[in-house]
Amino acid sequence: MIAFVKKNEGFWLFVHSPAAMVAAIFAVIILLGAVFAPWIALVNPYDLASFSLFDGLLPPVWLDGANPKYLLGTDDQGRDMISSILYGARLSLVIGLSALTIAAVLGVGLGLAAGYYGGRFDAIVMRIADVQLALPAILTALLIDGIARGILPAAIQQDLRVAVLTLAIALSLWVNFARTARASTFMHMNKEYVQAAIMMGQHPLRVMFVHILPNILGPLLVIMTVDLASAILLEATLSFLGIGLPADSPSLGTLIRIGMQFLLSGEWWILWIPTMFLVVLVVSINILGDFLRDLFNPRLR
Amino acid sequence: MVYFILKRMLQSVFVMMAVAFLAFSLFRFVGDPITQMTGVETSVEDQERLREELGLNDPFIYQFLRFTGDMLKGDFGFSYRTRQPVADMIASRIPATFELGVVALMISLLVGVPAGVYTALKPRGVLTQTILMTTLVGVSIPTFVIGIMLIFIFGVQLGWLPTFGRGGTFKIGAWESSLFTIDGWRALLLPAITLGVYQLTLTMRLVRAEMMEVMRSDYIRFAMARGVPMRSLHYKHALANTMVPVITIIGLQFGGVIAFSIVTESVFQWPGMGLLFLESIRFVDIPVMGVYLVVIAFFFVLVNLIVDLLYVAIDPRLRIRDV
Amino acid sequence: MLTIKNLTVKFPSRFGDFTAIEDVDMTIKPGEIHGLVGESGAGKSTVGAAAIGLLQSPGYVSNGTLTLGNTDLRTLTLAQAHKVRGDRISMIFQDPQTSLNPLMTIEDQLIETIQAHSDASISTARKRAVYLLEEIGIKNAAQRIKAYPHQFSGGMRQRVVIALAVSTDPELIIADEPTTALDVAVQSQVLDLIQRLAKERQIAFMLITHDIGVIAQVADRVTVMRKGRVIETGNTAQVLGTPKHSYTQALMDAVPPLDRKIDRFRVPDAGDTVSTLGDFAENWLLKGQLHDLTGLSLKNLTVRFAGPRTSFFRKPPPYIALDDVTLNIKPGSIMGLVGESGSGKSTLAKTITGLITPSHGTMTLGDTALPFGKSRSRHHLSRQLVQMVFQDPYSSLNSRHRVGDILTEPLWFYGFIKDAKEREKLAASMLSLVGMQPDAITKYPHQFSGGQRQRIAVARALLARPRFLICDEPTSALDVSIQAEILNLLKELQTKFGLTILFISHNLAVVRQMADETAVLRNGKIEEVGETHAVYTTPKAEYTKSLLALTPVMPTYCKI
Repeated sequence: MIAFVKKNEGFWLFVHSPAAMVAAIFAVIILLGAVFAPWIALVNPYDLASFSLFDGLLPPVWLDGANPKYLLGTDDQGRDMISSILYGARLSLVIGLSALTIAAVLGVGLGLAAGYYGGRFDAIVMRIADVQLALPAILTALLIDGIARGILPAAIQQDLRVAVLTLAIALSLWVNFARTARASTFMHMNKEYVQAAIMMGQHPLRVMFVHILPNILGPLLVIMTVDLASAILLEATLSFLGIGLPADSPSLGTLIRIGMQFLLSGEWWILWIPTMFLVVLVVSINILGDFLRDLFNPRLR
Repeated sequence: MVYFILKRMLQSVFVMMAVAFLAFSLFRFVGDPITQMTGVETSVEDQERLREELGLNDPFIYQFLRFTGDMLKGDFGFSYRTRQPVADMIASRIPATFELGVVALMISLLVGVPAGVYTALKPRGVLTQTILMTTLVGVSIPTFVIGIMLIFIFGVQLGWLPTFGRGGTFKIGAWESSLFTIDGWRALLLPAITLGVYQLTLTMRLVRAEMMEVMRSDYIRFAMARGVPMRSLHYKHALANTMVPVITIIGLQFGGVIAFSIVTESVFQWPGMGLLFLESIRFVDIPVMGVYLVVIAFFFVLVNLIVDLLYVAIDPRLRIRDV
Repeated sequence: MLTIKNLTVKFPSRFGDFTAIEDVDMTIKPGEIHGLVGESGAGKSTVGAAAIGLLQSPGYVSNGTLTLGNTDLRTLTLAQAHKVRGDRISMIFQDPQTSLNPLMTIEDQLIETIQAHSDASISTARKRAVYLLEEIGIKNAAQRIKAYPHQFSGGMRQRVVIALAVSTDPELIIADEPTTALDVAVQSQVLDLIQRLAKERQIAFMLITHDIGVIAQVADRVTVMRKGRVIETGNTAQVLGTPKHSYTQALMDAVPPLDRKIDRFRVPDAGDTVSTLGDFAENWLLKGQLHDLTGLSLKNLTVRFAGPRTSFFRKPPPYIALDDVTLNIKPGSIMGLVGESGSGKSTLAKTITGLITPSHGTMTLGDTALPFGKSRSRHHLSRQLVQMVFQDPYSSLNSRHRVGDILTEPLWFYGFIKDAKEREKLAASMLSLVGMQPDAITKYPHQFSGGQRQRIAVARALLARPRFLICDEPTSALDVSIQAEILNLLKELQTKFGLTILFISHNLAVVRQMADETAVLRNGKIEEVGETHAVYTTPKAEYTKSLLALTPVMPTYCKI
């Protein structure tokens, strides 16, 4: 009975936490929408032939003069807002998730090794992390972007924008993973199950990945959710600053930047609908992150 | 104690060297400095002579040392874009960013710490739950969106506050300050709130988590058990112990203030270093980018050294070591 | 006088209320030390917390009365209850390392507490504080009072904690495991202090502990608890000498005596089901032994650690963890190693297993020299021949691995058995050999109790076919009745398989039961080695004598 309860405690708490449930539902809907965007979107925002200027600046359906075909209205080019947002979310999530994966692999690998070997290797990794910390995320990302502009020929630049952006975000997030993984590894290095494995003469890689890693997944999972939110925010911010993605392949941030032009005009939906969408997405991810944090730190419950 | 501080200073020097190296590599390898400095009409011979004059043919390590030496002397080179000394360009922008950052940090601490304490002491209250939910939404709204919303509400709809620039400034020597005029404060308010909100939520959540941890500790339970007055228990015992880790993290947050000042300055067209940096990226103005990096890292390192000193001042375990 | 009647405390949970203690009755008179004893989960600490009104949230008193003198503690408002705390009831916690605020001087903490409950001026309060510290046995109190907690040693810190607890002249002090974190020498001083305070100041003590020796030494009356209920209560001599309840009797039987050796502990359900399931594993272990009985000899072993660095220019003075240790463990025997915390016991174990590199000396296992630390290859034979059973069964098993995976790991790692099914079969059989159900292999460690986990840990060690076993405090995290079972098991296995064992413990009584020979370690030096009976009856070293004298002994009336 006790074992059963323990095993399913996470699930139980989840079902009984309305905020986490709602957040998860939102996150899943957005994820599905993004994945299946090409099939469910009304128009393809990248394809100039699929929309028409005649449909431009239509308001959402609950306002006068709306076209019921476009539920949330259209922008000045006549693009359906819902379609733009779905494609935008798709791009934002692709960049966010790839950056996160790179950061996690790099950070967890370095953190585990630093915690396992300690000594000089640890000192070097941590000093590099210090330098990275002195140059905060947005700065790093901007810098990498600036370097890319300097080195890459203009022709390739456009094609590589997504890659550069992903790399920039990944490099600014790895430190979180490395520091968390290192701290947890240190803690577990003193645990007797790890000492037993080392004593047996098991290979360091086996000790790190088979023994330690599964035990430190909890805090890493929390970092992962929180950093996914950061990655999406970072991408949006960079695109907003006009340094991320160009207007012809809009992510959520680019959509908001375009919408800024309508801040003072009557067409508020072009700015505020993508903004709302971005906020709902990030709030959902952060609520899930918070839930996981409480789950893995029961003393804070 | 002396060893602890010396060690931290040595680490800071290392960080500064690494950043200087980064800035130097930027300058040296991203684009060719000579082609940037000269026009198309300059002959190849002239370019070569300039190259020799500037010492760009010297071994790499010499160039780096000279670069660092020049920086220490206050010589930061010239901007590719405006041909002005970078030192002057940055120096004229420092006051704007500094005042923005300090006021934002103040907002974050003055609201964040009390809110964190309150939510930790009354974890089940309705107000606590409301605050927690609000801050969760707070960390999820990108800074630029907060800026836009503030501009929209207070600037566009209500028309109470200016939405861009610094307003009236007051000169004290070379320092242009907006803290001494009402106009300046009006202009400062929205950007400072924008920048402060994100830091505020982080500070609050951090103080809350640490405070709850401390409230569960044995020494608080023991103080409870011997009837130490509640006020003293919460503030003298618990809050003081909470501040030890919180101070360290606030030092790290300074980096966040700098980073988001770039965004805030862009939204409000605030003439600070961040805006300068954005412009220099757009025009691939490498010297300005490099120097900005070094200056930022310097402030970061400085703030963290101050934090270490505070740490020593608060925690007797670092000050006195004898058993 | 504290009177507790029908006390029931519940903790609401989402699966209904969990009853922590039920119908607890107890009275403590002024000047009386009332022992509250029981194993983990008995609810002892809950009784204490309920009395002082500091039950961990969301626990609540659902029934019963708590009266101190004429005050009904249950009817007090939160503010009134907080006034009573310190003023009339105070408390002492287990760990002196964490019970004092690290950022305040002792003086500030004492003065604040005194002023909170009287209108003494600062100077009066300071005088009282200094006087108290002197009374409690802190020399040079007028100066020491200015110090911060981290400047005191563990024992001194517990004295400061006691000074704080008595600073307001309470009628009752609840002492929750006040000596568990202390070494025997300090423990005996603290117990003396508690006894003196009870006598001189007529303070009533509720002494919560799991250690029956401590109760026997200082308690006037004792209450035995089990699973939230009072089993029996009465004068210490009566309860411990002629227990009425079989549980108390069983508890007494499980306590290892210091003054003699018993062959086997009497364990409550000793009717060990005779099972043939373990035969497979037993045969595998017996037949497959490629090595004879294997001893270990250590010569001039010295381990130095770098001390804390305080300057760039001076090399920090090294901390000597093991100082010229020479020890010869005979093949097939059990060597006991006793010592206080920080004496280097665990360092020795880690040095033998290669986790720590000694600065010089030699180690010889059987007739092969053991390479030091990292220079020992991962494939060295000793990695298999030497196995270890750790202190904390909660951290010695990887909680993310199935018990089956934990047990079969040595089998494939050392290349004993190639076939996965065969490995599982052997692991299951080994589980039954150590007294567990074989179906445990499909479960995870957290599904077992501490004692069961320690059995799994023993099974894992055996599956490596070791010849030399290091047991580092294998029972100190366990309740006394579980300890008795594990000690029985280890003895049995040792005789069956001819293992050589290094048995490390801080508990002299336990070592006496287990070891053929005993070594006494202090500050990294061996003080005395000899045949166990001789060391315990005619100790040569002064240190051994004082250790033996200070260890709480069961009074003669407890002899069975």
